[in-house]
Amino acid sequence: MIALVDYGAGNLTSVRKALAAVGAQVYTPTGPSDLAPAGGVIVPGVGHFGSTRTLNQPWRHAILERLDAGKPLLGICVGLQWLFAGSTEAPDVTGFGACQGLCARLPDVEPATGARQKVPHVGWNTLALPRWSKLFDGIADGAHVYFTHSYAAPLARGTVATSSYGVEFTAAVQDGLVSGVQFHPEKSGQVGLRVLRNWLTEVR
Amino acid sequence: MLAKRIIACLDVRDGMVVKGVQFEGLRAAGEPADLARRYDAEGIDEVVILDVTATLEARPARAHTIQAVARELFLPLCVGGGIRNEEDAAAAIEAGADKVSLNSAALADPTLITRLAERYGSQAVIVAIDAKTVDGAWVAYTRSGSAASARGAVEWACEAAARGAGEILLTSMDRDGTKSGFDCALTAAVSDAVPIPVIASGGAGSFEHFAEVFTAGHADAALAASIFHFNTHGVAELKQFLHTQGIPVRL
Repeated sequence: MIALVDYGAGNLTSVRKALAAVGAQVYTPTGPSDLAPAGGVIVPGVGHFGSTRTLNQPWRHAILERLDAGKPLLGICVGLQWLFAGSTEAPDVTGFGACQGLCARLPDVEPATGARQKVPHVGWNTLALPRWSKLFDGIADGAHVYFTHSYAAPLARGTVATSSYGVEFTAAVQDGLVSGVQFHPEKSGQVGLRVLRNWLTEVR
Repeated sequence: MLAKRIIACLDVRDGMVVKGVQFEGLRAAGEPADLARRYDAEGIDEVVILDVTATLEARPARAHTIQAVARELFLPLCVGGGIRNEEDAAAAIEAGADKVSLNSAALADPTLITRLAERYGSQAVIVAIDAKTVDGAWVAYTRSGSAASARGAVEWACEAAARGAGEILLTSMDRDGTKSGFDCALTAAVSDAVPIPVIASGGAGSFEHFAEVFTAGHADAALAASIFHFNTHGVAELKQFLHTQGIPVRL
């Protein structure tokens, strides 16, 4: 069973539908104590980093306890950003801290050309895969995935996929049992479903 | 590199896809879920379901149509037409929409944009603007293009963005259904004025028209309906063409 943590950061219908399509059984824990039976934990999210404030100490302890038990964690979009130390979007909110660095707003000027660029970054962008990871098994370097975000995570030790929008940012991390994707696998067609399927193979 | 998006619009009436010429005289084009499946296989980047009669008949977009399309689509799905308030937006989102498109309701009460953006995030809120040339100026129209509002299209797009809209869906009523090309001047004027992506709509008749709106029109995405529905042109062929023109697309 996969625990899909609903902390009020947007609508989970699409994530639930995509997980069902790749054969996952999903439940929504009503509180941190509900995480105990989870074979894996997903922290989704759209919108503001401040919404992760809801993921308080009891939640963190429960998620750490799952990791200690060998159960993987996947952050999606704001859920990936939450894996880092924090974000300039909500400086008073501390991230989970599994990855080093602070998330920051994407630049509204393309540094190479000086051209104005739109923020949020919305649409299909290419992935660069600097090294092999289980998450992207069977996915080609240069594959397109769907993003919608204004803030992004820096490159970190666990970065396994990057994308560029005026700046190179972490499109995915995988460090031991902790994974995260900035894009929306549930909205990224067959590539996205493959990423979810790959992550699910870690769940046992 | 961020790709320019090709979006298929399903204008739905009574559960079937129709497409009007300049918002009048509708002709049937098929089951929404069948079309969505075909477009997905051909490489469409996003799908919009527009209930073309919803506002005039004051009824919400049909949940079952949304569910049928969303069931097998793992792409962004936007629903518009008759989203009058938070309840209509919630119903569409619960049925499987990722984004809702506001038009008449946002013009009538612009605070609805902010309320929905606060609840679902800006990425879920598209403001659709039907623009028509009146005495040399682009005016935003309301109620399925049947009445002029008091607002200029560019000014309204800026206000919508400031109020929390995540994208602008800009339709040229002058070009809609004519197949004479997107209104690049209108699209560029809006796209250059707002900090958020602009989806160009209305007038697609050839592959060259898409290339024009992405270059001269500064569009971030382009939407079309009948050019795809009646198999006039395939999505895959269109993307191949754009690729050969040096325009970044998802292949």
